[in-house]
Amino acid sequence: MTFALAIEQLLNGVQLGVMLFLMAAGLTLIFGVMGLINLAHGSLYMVGAFACASVAAWTGSFWLGVIASLAAAAAAGAIIEITVIRRLYDRDHLDQVLATFALILIFSEGTRWLFGSFPLYLDIPAALQGAMELPGGAQYPVYRLAIIVTGALVALGLYLLISKTRLGMRIRAGESDREMIAALGVDIRTLYTLVFALGAALAGLAGAMVGALQSVQVGMGEPVLILAFVVIIIGGIGSIKGALIGALLVGVVDTMGRFLLPQVFALVVPPAQAGLIGGSLASMLIYILMAIILAVKPRGLFPAQA
Amino acid sequence: MKRETIINLVLAALLLAVPFIAQAMGQTFTITLATRIAILALAATGLNIALGLGGLVSFGHAAFFGVGGYVAGILSAHAFSGEPMVLGFEGTRQMLIVWLVAITAAGLLGLLIGVISLRTSGVYFIMITLAFAQMVYYFAISWPAYGGEDGLSIAVRNQFPGVNSMRPLNFFLICYGVLIVGLVLSALIKASRFGAALQAVRQNEVRVASIGISPMPIRLTAFVISAMLTAVAGALFADLNRFVSPSMLSWHMSGELIVLIILGGTGRLMGPVAGAALYVILEYLLGGLTERWQFFLGLILLGTVLFARGGVIGLLAGKVRHG
Repeated sequence: MTFALAIEQLLNGVQLGVMLFLMAAGLTLIFGVMGLINLAHGSLYMVGAFACASVAAWTGSFWLGVIASLAAAAAAGAIIEITVIRRLYDRDHLDQVLATFALILIFSEGTRWLFGSFPLYLDIPAALQGAMELPGGAQYPVYRLAIIVTGALVALGLYLLISKTRLGMRIRAGESDREMIAALGVDIRTLYTLVFALGAALAGLAGAMVGALQSVQVGMGEPVLILAFVVIIIGGIGSIKGALIGALLVGVVDTMGRFLLPQVFALVVPPAQAGLIGGSLASMLIYILMAIILAVKPRGLFPAQA
Repeated sequence: MKRETIINLVLAALLLAVPFIAQAMGQTFTITLATRIAILALAATGLNIALGLGGLVSFGHAAFFGVGGYVAGILSAHAFSGEPMVLGFEGTRQMLIVWLVAITAAGLLGLLIGVISLRTSGVYFIMITLAFAQMVYYFAISWPAYGGEDGLSIAVRNQFPGVNSMRPLNFFLICYGVLIVGLVLSALIKASRFGAALQAVRQNEVRVASIGISPMPIRLTAFVISAMLTAVAGALFADLNRFVSPSMLSWHMSGELIVLIILGGTGRLMGPVAGAALYVILEYLLGGLTERWQFFLGLILLGTVLFARGGVIGLLAGKVRHG
């Protein structure tokens, strides 16, 4: 194990964490403000990836693709909020789970209908191709660094939006007392649609960025969705700060676990078995982490006041 | 007799009659469909004890369903190869023993998951049960000894004393029998003191605690019983397909089990049976019409959740009467 390799893996972990943050921020915001659990968030991620891949293939520009992914995911989010989600705010969580589960089926089959079963591919834009030299001599892809930077900027932007702007003030007010802000004359229905579209756009952005690293295909949103759930459970549902810290924790623990555990076991047992045990344990590591954190703090690391 | 009771009896009789008619007409495939209905109904009946009676929305019951399936698969694989398992136990091809092991394994797993998950409630509980089921799923995929991602085939269906289980009608009758036992058990639980306490905990936890009943042990017991019943269904499902794979553990499976209950009608004894029947029939009919049947299934499900809360039994039997 060289130092350079460890740094590279650590950065991969941070990059995964940043991507999870984009998903988790939307989920946690939607839960915090509207009290809604949205399983279809992974579908919005998929919508973003498909929009980016097809617009990029059509126009030849990755950047137009990213803009399209934001627009498509936000539009898809706004449409399902107005047609379906709006009816679920007063229902119990079971109904929300089922209705959004139904949305996943509709989105997945609908996408397969439109785009076929074959995965689409998205190239990394020319400006972000190649690798950069890191201190310590390792080479690291520029594109992955760009994802980390984008995530950091989004986190900063969200912080400013929520703590400094009028919209953010309304979102915070909606979190603490929705009847009261409606009584004060704020159009709560539009606010909800806006928050939902914002969360959707973040998921779409994550989908577009990851689309260039993996193939773009139906069902790509589901593993990420479940990881994002783990993130917001660890961070505390409703807390953006919790989502950021939880996402980085999950990203780094997952990546480093897969990297380190087989090597740790190799010190005790023969290499073939070490890979097996280490690999299996690594795939469960974040769930074990979640269980431990919940055993100590049942409402997550940064429980939102509710 | 109440209208719901009549509907329940008719449903049970129909499910029993269809395979015999199919047998007479030589339509073996219909028997397989009916067997699928019985098994899925049993799994959903198990989940319904936690979800319907206890209000515990477990989004991770696929873990127990899959564990049941893997117990059946692993025991039969060892019985075939003759190799002993860990701790020197032999494999077996006897269904009764398979069920017992499945119940024990799922009970232990349910206890472990329950103890941690039940510390939380509401949306946390939904997501944590989901996450634990994913953990089991990824474990099954990454552990290559029993097929890993490819799954494990069962060469010959496990045996039931005195019955040739390879004949479709016989296997259906075994599944149907277990389903009836499961339903009776579920009805007995609902009517018992324990069931009353469980429903009271669902309705108002604080009041139950204030009269001196601690909610946690009641919920945990219900969760474990629910896991055990679902595991038996999993073992039967593996025997039906003679194949078990990580897809039995996937979160789609957990979602489907909840869907069965809701389609049938929440909190109804026969809700899972009606739901499973509707689901399997829809899957078969829509699947015959279009490759995109899941799209329409999604629309139907969405419509049920938004506009028809009572499900099939609710439509047929009217609202739940209290008293």
